[in-house]
Amino acid sequence: MPTTLRGTSHPLASPREQLRILGNGLAGSRLKPFAETLAESGLPPLAAAGIGVFQVNVGKLCNQTCKHCHVDAGPDRTDENMSRETFELCLDAIRRIGSPVVDVTGGAPELNPHFRWFVKQARLQGCHVIDRCNLTVLTMKSQAGLAEFLARHQVEVIASLPYFLASRTDAQRGDGVFERSLDGLRKLNALGYGRPGSGLDLNLVYNPTGAFLPAGQAALEADFRRELRARYEVEFNSLYTITNMPISRYLEFLVRTGNFRRYMDRLVAAFNPAAAAGLMCRTMISVGWDGRLFDCDFNQMLDLEVGSGVPRHIRDFDLRRHASRRIVSAQHCYGCTAGSGSSCGGATA
Amino acid sequence: MAGYYHENDLPRFPEVAEGAPELWEKFNAWYGAVLQAGALTEREKSLIALAVAHAVQCPYCIDAFTQDCLEKGSNSEQMTEAVHVAAAITGGATLVHGLQMRNAAAKLSM
Repeated sequence: MPTTLRGTSHPLASPREQLRILGNGLAGSRLKPFAETLAESGLPPLAAAGIGVFQVNVGKLCNQTCKHCHVDAGPDRTDENMSRETFELCLDAIRRIGSPVVDVTGGAPELNPHFRWFVKQARLQGCHVIDRCNLTVLTMKSQAGLAEFLARHQVEVIASLPYFLASRTDAQRGDGVFERSLDGLRKLNALGYGRPGSGLDLNLVYNPTGAFLPAGQAALEADFRRELRARYEVEFNSLYTITNMPISRYLEFLVRTGNFRRYMDRLVAAFNPAAAAGLMCRTMISVGWDGRLFDCDFNQMLDLEVGSGVPRHIRDFDLRRHASRRIVSAQHCYGCTAGSGSSCGGATA
Repeated sequence: MAGYYHENDLPRFPEVAEGAPELWEKFNAWYGAVLQAGALTEREKSLIALAVAHAVQCPYCIDAFTQDCLEKGSNSEQMTEAVHVAAAITGGATLVHGLQMRNAAAKLSM
């Protein structure tokens, strides 16, 4: 059974070691610093322009151990789950922002014991709620009624499905995951998810199953729609393409297979100023399981807290200051600016 | 010399410009235009390029267009079929020259 980097005491379980490799490269020349590339393209240093999305990473516990996971999530991450008290601090901040989109992620966020309570509270505040779902969690016995719960509360489901074939999906996410993902999708479809006019959005996430960039979002969405419909009678609304971020388990894969330098060169060469202008970090804030604040989920996994001068914990949330904060960047940011761009909502350019 | 082909040489391809920069510019512009979407999609053109790369047995092109096909959304089944097309045509091209052989043999034989 695959294990997490932390579970095997791998050096790359350490954010500091990841940042060292990203900053210095391996043997050979250093990559051009992201901030320098940004400046050369005529763009100002990254800064927030409001908070439209309040993203909450509720913990690292997951029933899967995907090879590319930027969280290093897995079944052994049982001790890092958001407490009820921290959720309440989140709800207080959400109230002050005024109905932002609440984007709930993990791990498998549904495995947090407070997940359903938190979703209900956010919905009561009038927020649009997104559940970043791995699909197989919908088939777990311990999660009976989960799909029905999500439908009842009109939660948007953004579900990971890297490909419409079992071979590529299982190669990334584990043996048998594709078939169980289809079971999850069929459950959601049966409740109206992905069906026109139902008001229940089911969006899929494609991310490359190797050391290459994603294909064009529109072309892939057409492929997925045609193939999932013809092969499995599965429907969805939109497909989001997301570039794999060179951190955590995906970084380990790149280094182990000798693909690190080539992948990074590919990201740097594909830098797109239009994608940089539309970066998701400019309109969101990310809360960690322990209440610490970050500019995005990737910074969170690298332990790069929000920059100096603004409070770093949700208990001290300050709407005015957080909504205009300077954003902390590093070399991994090339992952969101390559080609058509990448964000939690897919391509940005 | 350890070998004629080196992986690290692929990104050095633009160095070829040094001998004839104007010709390189022309090649580069034409090459880029050829691979853009037209009557064929970029994905179709990339699969053709992959097949041709195998037919001309260029390891640089195989490397580059394997990555390009994946980044255009092709899967290994489609890419393998493209290579089979190249193999079938090159195999057929060899075999059809059997007619040259037969013609020559017929002329030489009683």
